[in-house]
Amino acid sequence: MPIYEPVLLKNMSQPGYTGSLKDYEKAGGYRALRTVLGKITPAEVTHLVMKSGLRGRGGAGFPTGVKWGFLPKDYKGPKYLCCNADESEPGTFKDRQLMERDPHQVLEGIAIACYAIGVETAYIYIRGEFVLGANILESAIAEARAAGYLGKAVLGTDITIDIHVHRGAGAYICGEETALLESLEGKRGLPRVKPPFPAIAGLYGKPTVINNVETLANLPHIVNRGPDWFAAIGSPPKSSGTRIFCVSGHVKRPGNYEVPMGITARELIFEQAGGMRSDKPLKAFIPGGASAPFLTPAHLDVKLDFESVAQAGSMLGSGGVTVMEEGTSMVWAALRLTEFFFHESCGKCSPCREGSSWLVQTLRRIMAGQGRMQDLETLTDLCQNIAGRTVCAFGDAEVSPILSTLKYWRHEYEELIRAAEAAGPAELLMPTATRH
Amino acid sequence: MLTDRHKAEIDDILSRYPVRRSALLPLLHLAQKEEGYVSDAAMKEIAAILRLTPPQVYETVTFYTMLSLKPVGTFHLQVCKSLMCALAGSDNLLGWLQARLGIKPGETTPDRLFTLSAVECLAACGTGPMMQVNEDYYERLTEEKVDRILADLKRDGTSPLKSGPFMWPEPASNKS
Repeated sequence: MPIYEPVLLKNMSQPGYTGSLKDYEKAGGYRALRTVLGKITPAEVTHLVMKSGLRGRGGAGFPTGVKWGFLPKDYKGPKYLCCNADESEPGTFKDRQLMERDPHQVLEGIAIACYAIGVETAYIYIRGEFVLGANILESAIAEARAAGYLGKAVLGTDITIDIHVHRGAGAYICGEETALLESLEGKRGLPRVKPPFPAIAGLYGKPTVINNVETLANLPHIVNRGPDWFAAIGSPPKSSGTRIFCVSGHVKRPGNYEVPMGITARELIFEQAGGMRSDKPLKAFIPGGASAPFLTPAHLDVKLDFESVAQAGSMLGSGGVTVMEEGTSMVWAALRLTEFFFHESCGKCSPCREGSSWLVQTLRRIMAGQGRMQDLETLTDLCQNIAGRTVCAFGDAEVSPILSTLKYWRHEYEELIRAAEAAGPAELLMPTATRH
Repeated sequence: MLTDRHKAEIDDILSRYPVRRSALLPLLHLAQKEEGYVSDAAMKEIAAILRLTPPQVYETVTFYTMLSLKPVGTFHLQVCKSLMCALAGSDNLLGWLQARLGIKPGETTPDRLFTLSAVECLAACGTGPMMQVNEDYYERLTEEKVDRILADLKRDGTSPLKSGPFMWPEPASNKS
């Protein structure tokens, strides 16, 4: 099995590494911040990040440097950086590890980003359930302040960088960047209509950048080792760098694996994660979190980079790879994920709020042996009327499990329905209004 | 009153934001930690601190799954039921807990010690099945492990089986 050099998981893979400031400094920590602060202009840092090809690790994969470049030039008022640590995409558990095991790597990345975009106040919006992670970050911030890496006059310059930890309270949608801002403002987490984009009018209506934890954690390494080093890893030019893939489901060794982007799904699942947990063959996998359409064994040689996975009809998303073995009911799997989306729909847009309820009711009926063939049309029709018709990308995400399982495993739906029809006539139940 | 007991902490929270309302979730967490749920009195007091109306506080509370308007048991067992944990056996775990505690999800034991909930993804998909108990995660659960945890909680109020800083798979040298 090829061994890849870890970048983000390197420190924490060392025996005895605790994630303390002392350990982090010993491993070369905060060298990148010293390199840039007051010595390289903010514009040059942004250019460096653009040149590296770093793209967002939260799900959308937007080029980080380009995102920073959208901030208005010469803006005089306050601007903000939000570190998106909401990590709520089912199948994803990498940011938790980055924050709990090597918090200073994240903080240094935030500090570098703050310097590059001229921000004095950053908020880490961390999902509310991560109490341990929030406490670890708070302690790390206190350590870094005491050592002069954060706070006023960072490293003896006239630069101020304050980082605050802000805990969410259990809402998947708050990982959507504008919902995150609403939540941080103390409101219900309802996504905003865009434009204006956060770079123009974000937190408190001020220019704001929102970057994922893993994205920011890459910054110290890009500064230390140079953009060309980073750009050459993985599948350049569009998918540079490593990626922490979170492998879950029916594999021998689930967990986080940092590998260059562009290794095949087969290599990740069968070599890194040890292959299937039993003698049952692989039936399906999700390559990028619950929002990414299911793929089949025929897709195992697809390269795990942004373009290749998109070409295969799914998305690299958040890096959450979930593996299912033969014998897993795909209707059941689709229902489980649809129940998640139904629970998490924020309720702002009718197609998503009502549609997710209808989808769950229809799938439950099919699973309960009361389905009718018309239900498959209802499902398809609903999906087509949700995707693309909502304020945020949640609408597109919630139809993925159903449309992709209907595409590859339609016979499983039909078998359940045929059995139900053979059992005798039943009234065709139409979905009813949302019941929470 | 929160203000009497947590003056310094509240001031510290307020100092982090240029707009007072941003302190709403932190103050609600504080209130819930104190009372085990978000009471009417707490909502009114927080509204006054943030210069909001009580309905503005209430509408926010009702959006977030973690905030409870009703008292829960001393230990709130929240079992993840999303697909990834379900593939790892969370339905069996939930069944085991129901049998052990004699309650269904959404219910509290008569002694008010345990509340059981089935919740959506808690970002521990590689170490499922799992549950969160109050502020702690418990992962890679088995029936034996759950029994030990329940006994520990009853006896000591906590359990050494709770997760520490997360890394999975563990680094080779730290494997037990």
